[in-house]
Amino acid sequence: MHDALIAELRAALAPDRVRDGALERTLYERDASHIRGDAAVICFPLDTAEVQACVRIALAHGRPFVARGAGTGLAGGAVPLGDPVVIVTTKMDRVLSVDPGALVAWVEPGVVNLDLDKQLAPLGLQFAPDPSSQQACTIGGNVANNSGGPHCLASGVTSAHVVALEVVLPDGAVTTLGGLDAEPDGYDLRGAFVGSEGTLGIATRIAVRLTPLAPEVATLLIGFPSVRDAAAAVSAIIAAGLVPAALEMMDQRITRAVEDFVHAGFPTDAAAVLLAEVDGLPAAVAAGTALVEEVGRAHGATSVQVARDRVERAGWWKGRKSAFGAIARIKPNYYLHDTVVPRGRLVDVLDAIDRIVEREDLIVMHVFHAGDGNLHPLLLFDAREPGVMDRVHAAGDEIVRVSVEAGGVLSGEHGIGLEKRDLMPLLFGPDDLDAQARLRDAFDPEHVANPQKVLPAGSRCGDLQAVPAGAWI
Amino acid sequence: MNGALDTFAAEVGGPAGGPVTCVGGRTQWDAGGPIAAGAREVRAPEGIVAYVPSEMTVQVRAGTPVSVLDEALAEHGQTVALPDWPGATVGGVLAVGRSGIRRLGYGPVRDTVLEVRAVTAAGAVVKAGGPTVKNVSGYDLCRLLVGSLGTLGFIGEVTLRTRPVAPTSRWVSGELDPFEALARLHRPTAVLWDGQTTWICLEGHPDDVQAQADLLDAAGVNGPPARPPHRWSLTPGELRHLPGRAAETGRFLAEVGVGLVHAERPPPARPVDPVVAALQRRVKAAFDPEGRMNPGRAPA
Ligand SMILES: Cc1cc2nc3c(=O)[nH]c(=O)nc-3n(C[C@H](O)[C@H](O)[C@H](O)COP(=O)(O)OP(=O)(O)OC[C@H]3O[C@@H](n4cnc5c(N)ncnc54)[C@H](O)[C@@H]3O)c2cc1C
Repeated sequence: MHDALIAELRAALAPDRVRDGALERTLYERDASHIRGDAAVICFPLDTAEVQACVRIALAHGRPFVARGAGTGLAGGAVPLGDPVVIVTTKMDRVLSVDPGALVAWVEPGVVNLDLDKQLAPLGLQFAPDPSSQQACTIGGNVANNSGGPHCLASGVTSAHVVALEVVLPDGAVTTLGGLDAEPDGYDLRGAFVGSEGTLGIATRIAVRLTPLAPEVATLLIGFPSVRDAAAAVSAIIAAGLVPAALEMMDQRITRAVEDFVHAGFPTDAAAVLLAEVDGLPAAVAAGTALVEEVGRAHGATSVQVARDRVERAGWWKGRKSAFGAIARIKPNYYLHDTVVPRGRLVDVLDAIDRIVEREDLIVMHVFHAGDGNLHPLLLFDAREPGVMDRVHAAGDEIVRVSVEAGGVLSGEHGIGLEKRDLMPLLFGPDDLDAQARLRDAFDPEHVANPQKVLPAGSRCGDLQAVPAGAWI
Repeated sequence: MNGALDTFAAEVGGPAGGPVTCVGGRTQWDAGGPIAAGAREVRAPEGIVAYVPSEMTVQVRAGTPVSVLDEALAEHGQTVALPDWPGATVGGVLAVGRSGIRRLGYGPVRDTVLEVRAVTAAGAVVKAGGPTVKNVSGYDLCRLLVGSLGTLGFIGEVTLRTRPVAPTSRWVSGELDPFEALARLHRPTAVLWDGQTTWICLEGHPDDVQAQADLLDAAGVNGPPARPPHRWSLTPGELRHLPGRAAETGRFLAEVGVGLVHAERPPPARPVDPVVAALQRRVKAAFDPEGRMNPGRAPA
């Protein structure tokens, strides 16, 4: 049975692009989350026809399939459950066309986010979503998770930057959702597909909307005597009618770790630092910069620096984006959370998180998208310490709960996957979950595409299971 | 729990309530074809539920006229990226899903919606999305509902993203190549073209607006001319060839950079991929198995 599956996949692709060795199965049993599954076989298709072949062969053998990009997902979205055929898109990594006039590019799903931007920069263009993982994560993964990044504050997350998708549907059919025209006919199935975490099919070609690079950019680094002051400044900036291109916060633990690691030039004596960016035309940038500075000072800023040049700006952003690498020097393991709260509740919720973390005897660091209230509490621990994972999970669940109670949501950009699947009832009632399950069933009545993700057991007909025992690592 | 919404849900009722249609401002009543005879009319509730200017979000009932919402937001220097066709309601504009002529600068209407409370064919109130400006908790049913013409459920209440009103907003016009103008300007709010004359909306800091206007050989005007009645959905690249298609379109006003064309004559029917058509039918059947929500309408 298993041998026949492998043989058919090898015949359809190529022997070296269908792997079931122990090493590969271990590599692909998890993503960047703390959850583990079991991959039956891993395929590396080169084009849409090969993805379709993988799906059809999986179906013929009664197997589910799981799409996978770079595996940087943090919610267990690409964790293989149900002995699936894992379909990895990393060899589908071509930028197929760029139309600078129409501001659209067709790309394959395995194109790495940063590689796309490197190709677009000489044309004065960019793909706006810039996850901190952009050196590794794929556009297909960005689409599936509706990913965001520091620069999505003004320009919106992935869904606002995807106009059409060629997909292999769960029944193996290939079609295009959305379109390059202004008002494609019918329901917005493109919109429904973005953020569906691989449960509605596999995106095989993606038409992304391109954004012209701003003519003028100002980047500010502002030190504050407390996290509370920095958070209040964030609310005040938005309340003053300015939506900066980016508005990020780092606490002192983060800035110190980053300074030791990459020497970004962060003021390590400040309890919290805001990294703000204003872009656009010159007068608006000058006015926005002055406003951010003024609001910062009014909230007790201890230092205000404006990047002198491109090099200094790049250094600050490199520091911001390497925060996760830097903290490895403090504790061997980390758990990165992701919730959103109304901006006005940032201070309260940050206080509550501190209390939760203290109670569970863990360390927390904050580096997050403050401008849209998107918290990323980073819990540090040493997994070798007995019982520590229970405390990490208890703290994590509690952080999600206080966020939702403050009028927030479960996830701002990492998605639900397996990690937060069973927390969905915190935000959604039975009728709400039933409506989501209906969409899923319209695309995939048999749940062959990335089964057991996003919706908890019993959302519609009770056919899902609990997170398998022993899956958390 | 939520009085006005629950009353609306009770009015819509379950399958026993039979065919039902939701009426807004009737400003785009023929979009998607005529409603089947005998469908009972209901209206979504009105009123602003919560507006916190510093969050830049507003929670509003779907029967509220866009103009009423805009007035409330204007008091705090904000607006929403919904077209303000006279008399149109928030729910109607979202159900139809068509953007206004500032789409180039403001983005499509679907991107303004953060959370929707809709009444389903079963008569239940269902929440989709979330109240915060960023959210990826579960499937994006909001985008599915925008443009669905009420055939999957009736929008009862929404939370929208607001935006600051630009300090300056100005229309200029001249006999310019609109494609060249678009390439030269930084993110103009609108570029409209009738094949000969171009109208451009510039917004932002007064000095920037002046500097951008100085790049063009154009004069200040009050606004663009009236739009012909029919909507053609083209790709931005196809607009260049419009003057050669005058026999098909009649007089037109094209949204350059967007691809939308307002034309005197109706657009030709477009073929639908059978795979997509089947998927659309499955989605409709999943949400409205009896076909009672806005019968007769098809979001084509
Ligand atoms: C250090 C670090 C920093 C991060 N920072 C951010 C951040 O700032 N913002 C943010 O949003 N995320 C962030 N992430 C999370 C993650 O990088 C993003 O979710 C990313 O988009 C995932 O891309 P991927 O290619 O790794 O996808 P994977 O992890 O391989 O897959 C993610 C999901 O997408 C599905 N999928 C993948 N490809 C396809 C396809 N072609 N069609 C359909 N479904 C598909 C998978 O089944 C899975 O459900 C971060 C992660 C790390 C480790």
